[in-house]
Amino acid sequence: MRTFADWALNRAQILGATYADARVVDSRERYISSKNGKVGQASVSDTMGIGVRVIAGGAWGFASTDTLTRQAVEQAASRAVAIARASALVQERELALVPEEPVEAEWTSPIRTDPFTTRVEDNITLLLRVDAELRRVKGVTLAEAALHFRRQEQLFASTIGSVIRQTRYYTGAGYSALAFSGNEIQKRSYPNSFGGQHQLRGYELVEELRLVENAPRVAEEAVALHGAEQCPEGVRDLILDSSQLGLQIHESIGHPIELDRVLGTEANFAGMSFLTPDKLNSLKYASEIVNVVADARPAHGPGLGTFAFDDEGVPAQRTDIIRNGLFTGYLTSRETAAAVGQARSNGSMRAEGWNRIPLIRMTNVSLLPGDRTLEQLVGSTEDGIWMETNRSWSIDDKRYNFQFGCEIGWEIKNGRKTRMLKNPSYGGITTEFWNSCDGICNADHWVLWGTPNCGKGQPQQTMGTGHGAAPARFRRVKVGVAYQT
Amino acid sequence: MKEFVLISPERCKGIFDRVLKFSDADETEALIAGGAHQLTRFANNTIHQNVAEEGCVLSIRTVYGGRTARATTNKFDDASIRRVVEDSASVARQQQPNPDLLPMPGPQECAPVERFYPATAELTPEARAHGVREEVEIARRRGQTAAGIFSSGAAMQAILNSAGLFVYHQDTRSEFSVTMLGGNSSGWAKANSPDVRNINVEELALRASAKAALSAEPVELKPERYTVILEPAAVLDLVGFLFYDFSGLAIHDQRSFLTGRLGMQLFGENISIADDVYHPLQSGAPFDGEGMYRKTVPLVERGVVRNVVYSRQTAKLMQAEPTGHGFPLPNEFGEAPMNIVIAGGDASVDNMIAGTERGILVTRLWYIREVDPYEKVLTGMTRDGTFLIEDGQARRGILNFRFNQSMIEMLSKVEMLGPAERAAGEEAFEMVLPAMKVRDFNFTEVTKF
Repeated sequence: MRTFADWALNRAQILGATYADARVVDSRERYISSKNGKVGQASVSDTMGIGVRVIAGGAWGFASTDTLTRQAVEQAASRAVAIARASALVQERELALVPEEPVEAEWTSPIRTDPFTTRVEDNITLLLRVDAELRRVKGVTLAEAALHFRRQEQLFASTIGSVIRQTRYYTGAGYSALAFSGNEIQKRSYPNSFGGQHQLRGYELVEELRLVENAPRVAEEAVALHGAEQCPEGVRDLILDSSQLGLQIHESIGHPIELDRVLGTEANFAGMSFLTPDKLNSLKYASEIVNVVADARPAHGPGLGTFAFDDEGVPAQRTDIIRNGLFTGYLTSRETAAAVGQARSNGSMRAEGWNRIPLIRMTNVSLLPGDRTLEQLVGSTEDGIWMETNRSWSIDDKRYNFQFGCEIGWEIKNGRKTRMLKNPSYGGITTEFWNSCDGICNADHWVLWGTPNCGKGQPQQTMGTGHGAAPARFRRVKVGVAYQT
Repeated sequence: MKEFVLISPERCKGIFDRVLKFSDADETEALIAGGAHQLTRFANNTIHQNVAEEGCVLSIRTVYGGRTARATTNKFDDASIRRVVEDSASVARQQQPNPDLLPMPGPQECAPVERFYPATAELTPEARAHGVREEVEIARRRGQTAAGIFSSGAAMQAILNSAGLFVYHQDTRSEFSVTMLGGNSSGWAKANSPDVRNINVEELALRASAKAALSAEPVELKPERYTVILEPAAVLDLVGFLFYDFSGLAIHDQRSFLTGRLGMQLFGENISIADDVYHPLQSGAPFDGEGMYRKTVPLVERGVVRNVVYSRQTAKLMQAEPTGHGFPLPNEFGEAPMNIVIAGGDASVDNMIAGTERGILVTRLWYIREVDPYEKVLTGMTRDGTFLIEDGQARRGILNFRFNQSMIEMLSKVEMLGPAERAAGEEAFEMVLPAMKVRDFNFTEVTKF
């Protein structure tokens, strides 16, 4: 890998690049799924290539190739320089990067069991056991389950002298049961929607999820939803389970703090942000019990946003995003940090693969635990609704107005979960919602969820992000909003 | 600089000969795809990203006694080809036989479609930069800033199998999208085509700029049901959520909103929809993931759901005729129509506005998600050019709305249709469809900009 990178960097410098970095990426994936008693997909794939990013003529250029001959790699570097010089034709301001120290390092995400050492036959057997348990419940019309493993080895090298090797193992597992009856399709997923739980771990994640043991409950809930009452429309206190709260954090905190969006570079596609620079250290984003961090360090946990160095060679860091309710930090890159006068990037640049440039992406954007037990949180709620597991999600392009639907809800009356509710949904305005938070469960209930499907950029890139959360309560939230007529 | 060359039909055959040397499977299939793609991205009147990629993949499916699996690599040396064949074989052999698995199809015949334009394939970074500069100059003259993309590329795909099937397609793609930003408003326009010469950069810039100017100082309206005029991009991003349900397997799985509704009058009589890859404004390959040629399928006729599409496997399961819309095997989804053509009318958007006493003009929608899978209720936001229409004129911009709207209801309340055109949005694949004037569109919330 080092040789490929050296070919690219040398060529770029010869052609006049004032900065260049190269990432050589070698990825391998396995995806096995089941559907109604049969194998759905059974596939393995590998991909390897190099991406070369340069600054020449004061502007950016990038080119990639999967042909790893010296000629092809040097051509990619030459193309990147030529593209940068074309970019220079339309520039309004000088491109600047905050400094970063060169580093030589190697890091592998810790795992107990390499998922690629498990047998495909055993993977299929597990999925079909789950499938059988789901379909044992009368009324389940579609059962789907999947396992997903990835290993990504990457070498990053740059003209400031950094050489960083990282290997990240990723495991994902989960399933869903659909029940069609009358004029309605109901669904329950385990342990989360979006394919389940996803972490930077080995096969031990699959073993810990107790997939088979939870299947009967999940299937029974999918069927029972048909007999449940519709979620009422009105204003109620709302308790979100940790997985739904993870997505709420993703959409209404994680995206608006991306500094590239704030500065307008996603204006045509992913949108901008209401968090303009004047709001830093002045906006009361949330109530005083809310503390949110962006933490890519392995110490935060095995999230999909965990690494040792980002794809600009900046070390993983923890940044306070919301401290006691106050908005205190963005996700930044070397370029955007310079644009707003900050001294250093906080290491948030990541690329989907060898053929994509790094963009500012969420790392692990997590709500820190509070001090309540779950019993205390529910027990102190007089008239509320508990909502669990995301079903639909939408937020405007500056991240103010959101609406979420969940798979299942329960009414809370006088401190007790009572009847099941179907089609639960809620909506609001980001800052009003977070300022209504008055209770967060403690670390015993905190889970670091993986969101595997975050889309951003053009060409679009899909990235995994991490979100730690414990169940939390929000006062006087609009519920039942998705079914307003 | 040596330019990237697409893998030729002859080279595909040579690669497949090498695949077969390493395969002892009962049946073997190769899917070969590759291309080069470039994208220039701008914002704040500056090119801030400018990328080029090239690459190819070889995806192998083997079958051993009713057991099948896929393995994919982007390396074409003998060792890599041997490994990818062995990977596919290993995963296939560890399964139980599927008695419903069909033998691979033999040779197919159909007229190819011509969608390769050298002018697109050869577009240079400098040419894209000049296009962007044109946008930026228009923005500057009008006190706005421009953001967007200009992309181009060429790609090929081929499918070969041990039963003698060989299909090959190559095409080019280009796209221009621009958002013009004012102080408190924005306007958007986008176009794409296999032939870059069909993209009028100046017209797109002027359209987006005019929308940004007209929507300055937006006012807040009460969210409620309004007559809306949906420009083609807005229609596209909404109806895109319907078509994965026009699948035989989706109905068999009871995950389609058409379950129990085939043959019903579900939409208004002015709605007719077909899947037609051969339409002159369509794009893409004329064959599916198994190499079966796509048939033109009338899906909805005068509001009645007449047909869905079927892969070979689903057709056998449901005793229907395959239509050539299957995804590469093995998969859970079966098939979907991907070349949608919705019949248009003769009303321009200007005509629709002129005939509207009070309503909303929608340029573009954003973050659309499905709320209810059987009633096809979708939620999402308006974006980048939402206007109040009064007395036959688009008067001014308004704060953006959230909607919660059933697609079944919407397509039953279409009052006017524009001419069908090639539309491009952000949340659905490209289609050929018209602008629509719809009554009682359900806006439920309003945001702050």
